Amino acid sequence: MRIKKRAATVALLTAATVVLAGCASGSTTQDGGDAAACAPSDGKVDLTFTTWIPGIEEVVKIWNDENPDIQVKVQTGPNGNGGTYQNFFNQLKAGNAPDLGQIEYDALPNFRVQDGLTNLASCAGVLDAQDNFVDWTWGQVNFGEEDAVYAVPQDAGPMAMFYRADLFAANNIAIPTTWEEFAVAAEAVRATGGYITNFSQSDINQFAGFVWQAGGTWFENDGDNWTVDLTSPESVKVANYWQDLIDRDLVSTNPPWTDEWNNAYNTGSDWTWNSAAWGANSIVSGAPDTAGNWSVALSPQWADGESAAGNWGGSSTAVFKGSEHPYEAAQFALWLNTSDEALTMLNKSANLYPAAKSGLELPALKEGVEFYGGQAIYDVFAEASAQVSPDFIWGPTMTQVYNDTSDGFKGAVTGNGTLTDALTSAQQSTIDALQAQSIPVNK
Amino acid sequence: MSTLSTVTSTTVGKSARSIRSRQGKTPRAQRESPFARVSAMVVMGVFTLYFLVPIWWLVVAASKNRSQFNSTNPLWFADFSLFENMANLVAYRDGVYLKWMLNSALYAGGGALVGTLIAGMCGYALAKYNFPGRELIFNVVLGGVLVPATALALPLFLIFSQISLTNTFWSVFLPSLVSPFGVYLARIYASASVPDELIEAARLDGAGELRTFFTVSVRMMVPALVTVFLFQFVAIWNNFFLPLIMLRDETLFPVTLGLYAWNSQVNQIPVLRDYVLIGALLSIIPLIIIFLLLQRFWRNGLSAGSVK
Repeated sequence: MRIKKRAATVALLTAATVVLAGCASGSTTQDGGDAAACAPSDGKVDLTFTTWIPGIEEVVKIWNDENPDIQVKVQTGPNGNGGTYQNFFNQLKAGNAPDLGQIEYDALPNFRVQDGLTNLASCAGVLDAQDNFVDWTWGQVNFGEEDAVYAVPQDAGPMAMFYRADLFAANNIAIPTTWEEFAVAAEAVRATGGYITNFSQSDINQFAGFVWQAGGTWFENDGDNWTVDLTSPESVKVANYWQDLIDRDLVSTNPPWTDEWNNAYNTGSDWTWNSAAWGANSIVSGAPDTAGNWSVALSPQWADGESAAGNWGGSSTAVFKGSEHPYEAAQFALWLNTSDEALTMLNKSANLYPAAKSGLELPALKEGVEFYGGQAIYDVFAEASAQVSPDFIWGPTMTQVYNDTSDGFKGAVTGNGTLTDALTSAQQSTIDALQAQSIPVNK
Repeated sequence: MSTLSTVTSTTVGKSARSIRSRQGKTPRAQRESPFARVSAMVVMGVFTLYFLVPIWWLVVAASKNRSQFNSTNPLWFADFSLFENMANLVAYRDGVYLKWMLNSALYAGGGALVGTLIAGMCGYALAKYNFPGRELIFNVVLGGVLVPATALALPLFLIFSQISLTNTFWSVFLPSLVSPFGVYLARIYASASVPDELIEAARLDGAGELRTFFTVSVRMMVPALVTVFLFQFVAIWNNFFLPLIMLRDETLFPVTLGLYAWNSQVNQIPVLRDYVLIGALLSIIPLIIIFLLLQRFWRNGLSAGSVK
């Protein structure tokens, strides 16, 4: 209870500071940063790294032991939207930002627009590292710019479908491979008294993952202007699809991450969850009674024979503007996110699903998982990871987009308007929000 | 919480009286009618439940292991693993939780102690000395009561950045020393309860102003000072936003910020949910203890302030 109140305070204060940030963004520049100056420093270098990954200290300790001249100090805090992003902006304003920071992909454009990131393209080895990462993750950190790398990808959330293998088998329902089949199966599941899945009214980035899979994007940036595209044909297609399931009472609409929601899965009332690789642990913790009954399959497709996947979540390691040692910081970021030993430890301590190609082959991600009936579920996610489109772009005001869309979705699940209405209204409020921050936007 | 229940009981008392006066037929209405008593008890009972159920839930939840947390009745015990959970919490990450509790105790205890001293001296000076600008200073301090602490956190961060004091013990401790409400209460109380004659007598006996304050006046101001201390202690203990903005180093976190940081991770690291629950339960114990010990003073101090 107390924590919820605090979250509200943070939200309120964040809103207040967004206004402040809005005033400051008049001085925002869109140039490519000073890509020229990335040379090694002389002597011993101390770096600070802010991240909220528990247990990352042990990983950093390995680096510190091996690199006596580049010592990294870990700083921590709540997760990004829980306050750490706002802290980054405050620190950038005060000129004491850490050298490195963890930033999720959907928050990177915000830092880019506020000119808070160092372009690492001229740092030795950074551009060459592109081939080490799953293709689409690189697009998330260079924003499609030439000779630009604003962060090193860390983890990813390729999406697949978790499903109750036992229930599908017992009721003789085929595992849907297309969204059309999914809707048909939903009727069959409903006939047994359950729901095929839960439509989340507030996980807007899950919905974005669906749009991503359908080949859409919510934003575009031509280098000067942003285009907001929440109502793209793909987006509307996805919205109409789910609206239909909601209207026919074929999906449950519990608020996500609540006891109610956990309970629906734990008692077998909800049968599938289209989620990211990291979701595997959420089911383990939320629905412990269903151990052994789950399996994972690739997401249903929009057309037979297609192979596309969406993505939900994932983060990067960025070097902030003002860091005096971008070269050393970049070396550390590359090591942290590509070396097998670091990726193995991060996967173990924080369940991170790597963005590095080599990371997908880690022994720990090849094993069968007991909770999922011994299935090697991460093989499915590795396959999905390769199918994620590189074309999805996040906007600079995602917190606002999530909030506004979520407001509309909450109405839609209670019969107040539709999901498409929510997107239309969020489209306008997003354009307004960008303009309020003096970010150039096409109307 | 206590304020609210006081308010409730007064309103109930009033309505009971008005019911009686409307009936107007009982000449010797020394005692409340059974109906009024029952309804008062019912209203208070409902409010007590309202406040206690979440705590009860927390106690029950903290005593369960993870698999039972979702699958058993949230308001009744399953297997009792409270002490096991405690041991796990304390062992997690080399006992970082204990460090947080200690930090909270330092911020809240030290801050409240020094803050009370400053507020007491300031209020006493404003009450007992005549000097130009006295009312102005008092009004400025009163204005400070109206500014929520959270609104000051960001400016404080920028100021502390200038002197490179962010992410230090002092960045949370120093702002915690200031208590405009404490100054207000101390002034009101001092002018009501410390007679000028007594101060005169002390001066005649040759005591300096400081000595007079500490040996004579402070003793008479104790109820007010305890109230200020309690207010300040609770405010600092619960202050979350300032540490959130100021601190990066986990070993400096107060328990509120530490638990919040953990709680923001529970979707990814399920084990943290257990720690947040048991940690939240343990973190309210010091507040309960200090309230039980000092509530007598607290009540006196409050009413003293309100009469004037």
